[in-house]
Amino acid sequence: MAAIEAEGLKRTYKTTTGALRRKSLEIEAVRGIDFEVGEGELFGLLGPNGAGKTTTIKMLITLLIPTEGSARVLGLDVVKDAREVRKRIGYVFGGERGAYDRLSGLDNLRYFSELYGVPPSVQKRRIPELLDLVGLTGREKERVEGYSRGMRQRLHIARGLLHDPPVVVLDEPTLGLDPVGARELRATIGDLSAMGKTVLLTTHYMYEADALCRRIAVINKGQIVAEGTPSALKSRVAHQIVVEIEAFGVEEVALDRLRAHPKVTSVSVEDRDQAQLVLVQSPEGQDIALELVGHLEDTRLGRVSVREPTLEDAYVALVTA
Amino acid sequence: MKTLRLLGLGWVFQLKMLMQSAFDGFLGVLWPLFFATVAFLMFRTSGDPKTLLYASLGASVMGVWSSTSVAASSALQRERWQGTLELLVTTPAHFSVVLLPITIAMSTIGLYSMVATFLWGRLLFGIGLDIVHPFLFVLAIPATIVSIGMLGFLLSVSVVRYRTAWALGNALEYPVWLVCGFLVPLSLFPGWVRPISWVLAPTWGVRAIRSAALGGSALREIALCLALGLVYALIGILLVDTVLRSARSRASLSLT
Repeated sequence: MAAIEAEGLKRTYKTTTGALRRKSLEIEAVRGIDFEVGEGELFGLLGPNGAGKTTTIKMLITLLIPTEGSARVLGLDVVKDAREVRKRIGYVFGGERGAYDRLSGLDNLRYFSELYGVPPSVQKRRIPELLDLVGLTGREKERVEGYSRGMRQRLHIARGLLHDPPVVVLDEPTLGLDPVGARELRATIGDLSAMGKTVLLTTHYMYEADALCRRIAVINKGQIVAEGTPSALKSRVAHQIVVEIEAFGVEEVALDRLRAHPKVTSVSVEDRDQAQLVLVQSPEGQDIALELVGHLEDTRLGRVSVREPTLEDAYVALVTA
Repeated sequence: MKTLRLLGLGWVFQLKMLMQSAFDGFLGVLWPLFFATVAFLMFRTSGDPKTLLYASLGASVMGVWSSTSVAASSALQRERWQGTLELLVTTPAHFSVVLLPITIAMSTIGLYSMVATFLWGRLLFGIGLDIVHPFLFVLAIPATIVSIGMLGFLLSVSVVRYRTAWALGNALEYPVWLVCGFLVPLSLFPGWVRPISWVLAPTWGVRAIRSAALGGSALREIALCLALGLVYALIGILLVDTVLRSARSRASLSLT
């Protein structure tokens, strides 16, 4: 039996615009997605902002009712058996929010233990174990308002595990963490998987998904556009090369010229201080680099290099297609 | 047993949170004294000690209602802002058991406002607290506080469903002062106001406290106050699942 199953899952949001002449709008956040996560698997849901990752997760953890389709966690329907699903699932999200700042870390964990119905005798053993797991032992009596972002995030993980759930859902858990904090948290996520828990992770950090996930689904505009192991996704762009062009003040018109090139599959831009890094994917050999530079003749250019594609390039190709 | 433990611990944690903020604490200390001063200055002209005690008792319940109505709805909104509302919903606990301690904690803070009002009246205006039926008085106070807490619970259920319903608590603060006869006798209002006041537990709470203090049988008022509190609690418990389902359907639990 799959730990998580989604079948034709859809979710629309209703919103209004205007003050006097109100207009009703329907936004399709998730447009019918299907996927399965096996028991004990660490599965990644990747996608850009607004792709529908969080909406999907919120339907799985019973916070949102799907507009259409169905989802099950350990065979239990997320709408009909919501309370039973909640007993079996732990939810952690990234960022500063999600804890009682005026209470200590320990009181936060005690309160949520009670809400999850963890007996006091079990709490006495489990809370110190979890504090140890997330590296907060010794700091648990301090108020959360004095915690760093990394400490808060680790507290969230401990909270999500209080009732020892077989399924853990992590929604961008490393959001805003410094590199050391993010690395420590990734190690903790790896430990969860080693403990036999099913983990569903959403992130937009490719190296994170590559390092942790056994399988990945890429979601874009509310639909799953690709699914497979990280190496299978990378192999989708294995026949391509990536040309990296350092540019200063590149204009959209110039980028459009690159996009219009028949031998270019995708073009993306990353901001690097005062410069931009233009990433162009193409199935052609290295010779295309010179041709591409020719299309940017009115832009001041820096370093130009050609390299093999990574998982991130596969992702960019999928979400910009 | 589990439910009682959760209610008790929830109440303790909510009180802990309320007492941690120096700013909230400062306002909490000041407001009841402000209410009491206004009431005492209004009624002082009569020169009758019984009238002053009447005003003092009304002002004390004003504090309980204000702290519950305003704080309970804003507390739920705070849960939404800090992202804990969604986390509370994802727990298997019945949501009424999550909400009740929040509002009861607010009403408990209101108990301070009662004591502060009596002390302020005694020290600054020389109003003695001569209680005719001390036993009934002691019974009427928790009955009023708990029933007001239940009314706050009913308000907080609406905050879960509607993102802007927190304003309801503020909007109801002053009308309830008038309609429930905290300061001015209900006989001064048009007849149509009375049925509204009868379905509001604070009306019976303040009457019970006044009857116990000034002489009269407070038992009927205490019973009515508690019965209304029970009705609010039952309506809230029955409504909470429907409201929560609607909030999950309309995505109103979070801010985004």
